[in-house]
Amino acid sequence: MPPIPGSGLAKGLAVTLRTMTKRTVTAQYPDVQPELPPRSRGVIGLFEENCTVCMLCARECPDWCIYIDSHKETVPAAAPGGRERSRNVLDRFAIDFALCMYCGICIEVCPFDALFWSPEFEYAETDILELTHERDKLREWMWTVPEPPALDAAAEEPKEIAAARKTADKLRAQDSEQGGGK
Amino acid sequence: MNDVLDVAIRLVIVFAVFMVLPLVVGQAEHKVMAHMQGRLGPMYAGGFHGWAQLVADGVKFAQKEDIVPAAADRRVFQLAPAVALLPYLLVLVALPIGPSEGAVGQVVDAGIFFVLAVMGVGVLGSLMAGWASANKFSLLGGLRTAAQLLAYELPMLLAAASVAMAAGTVSLPGILNAFQWWWLPWQIVGALVFFVAGLAELQRPPFDMPVADSEIIFGAYTEYSGLRFALFLLAEYAGIVVLCGLTTVLFLGGWHGPLGADGLGWVWTLLKTAVLAFVVIWLRVTYPRLREDQLQKLAWTVLIPLALAQIALTGIVKVAID
Repeated sequence: MPPIPGSGLAKGLAVTLRTMTKRTVTAQYPDVQPELPPRSRGVIGLFEENCTVCMLCARECPDWCIYIDSHKETVPAAAPGGRERSRNVLDRFAIDFALCMYCGICIEVCPFDALFWSPEFEYAETDILELTHERDKLREWMWTVPEPPALDAAAEEPKEIAAARKTADKLRAQDSEQGGGK
Repeated sequence: MNDVLDVAIRLVIVFAVFMVLPLVVGQAEHKVMAHMQGRLGPMYAGGFHGWAQLVADGVKFAQKEDIVPAAADRRVFQLAPAVALLPYLLVLVALPIGPSEGAVGQVVDAGIFFVLAVMGVGVLGSLMAGWASANKFSLLGGLRTAAQLLAYELPMLLAAASVAMAAGTVSLPGILNAFQWWWLPWQIVGALVFFVAGLAELQRPPFDMPVADSEIIFGAYTEYSGLRFALFLLAEYAGIVVLCGLTTVLFLGGWHGPLGADGLGWVWTLLKTAVLAFVVIWLRVTYPRLREDQLQKLAWTVLIPLALAQIALTGIVKVAID
């Protein structure tokens, strides 16, 4: 059956009328803060207690926007007769967000969990030079980092837990073997 | 003395309506169009849901410099906005809104003739602007306006003539006094033709080729700025009010309410006009722009035959009931 003449026109009118009755999708941003998804790439926070100045982040950064200065300090021997240890002390940690392209490689590559994504995004400046943020500012952002989202119901176990469980299982098996032998 | 006062009050009321209703329609268009597109529309001006947006726009227009291009035909260029706007004010004077003798600015015996003739003058503003601007886009817009004129004027007049035949009078209050509820289905085809032709006259989407901003900047109004441009915009919205009011009076029974509920005469008129204005906005949001030749085809192969058929039907029924 051929369509009734004008049915397309009526359909068009129905679409616009239906849209009018639905909720609008406008984000009223400055008045209402957006609901950001987990793992939003807003800014990078630094948890500097975890930083060992290994420089991996600075070297992996594709556009070299991370500045790290440090010096070495000698720690006296813990036990009498022991050897003195040296450790790195962080002097400066800065990220130039004018250069940063938010790839997140520094966060991925950090072996000590010192860098985190924060959803905070309102740090525009009027001068491009002011976009280089020092460690105090990066530390402030650390407190805005959300808890990691829960795993999906059917997700694989996290690797750390899997490794720990494996060890525990092995120890228990050894235990029971020895117990069975006696 | 009393007569002078009476006339003065009527003129003031008509003028106030003329200033307020187009703004209400304009604001409604902002909001309705926004929500039909899933947006919110103006939200800041005036505090509550941007109710004062058009006031703010008006202030902005008033502040702008009024430029006349060097090559333009100065006097004609400056006169055009007034020619576009004032006819709608004159039409409003003759529109009856209530059942009593006093509920009309001025009773005009040949009401339909007066109203349609004066509305036709409004287009002259666009033609003047198009020619006087000395701009190719303005000229194209003016030519499109002129071409459009050939399409809508005839079906509009024929549809109006059908109502005049049915009522046996050309006076607008006279038509309303003769109105019966069954005129609505009887004249429905004429009403549709009249409304569509009216949209084409107002250069409203989907018939906005003369101002098609994506093709010819803003047609005849390209060179205008400031207050004169605002007057052209105001003319468009005043045109919506007038067209919807006229359709209400001619085809929808004006102050007659449904089921004989005529009590609040002028409220019915306003309500019907508002619903029609909503439809005008709704059509704008829904349909893409036609081409000029598509409008010609629509007018000459659909609207005019329909209008003629309506006149034939009106004549037959009229003879039959007499």
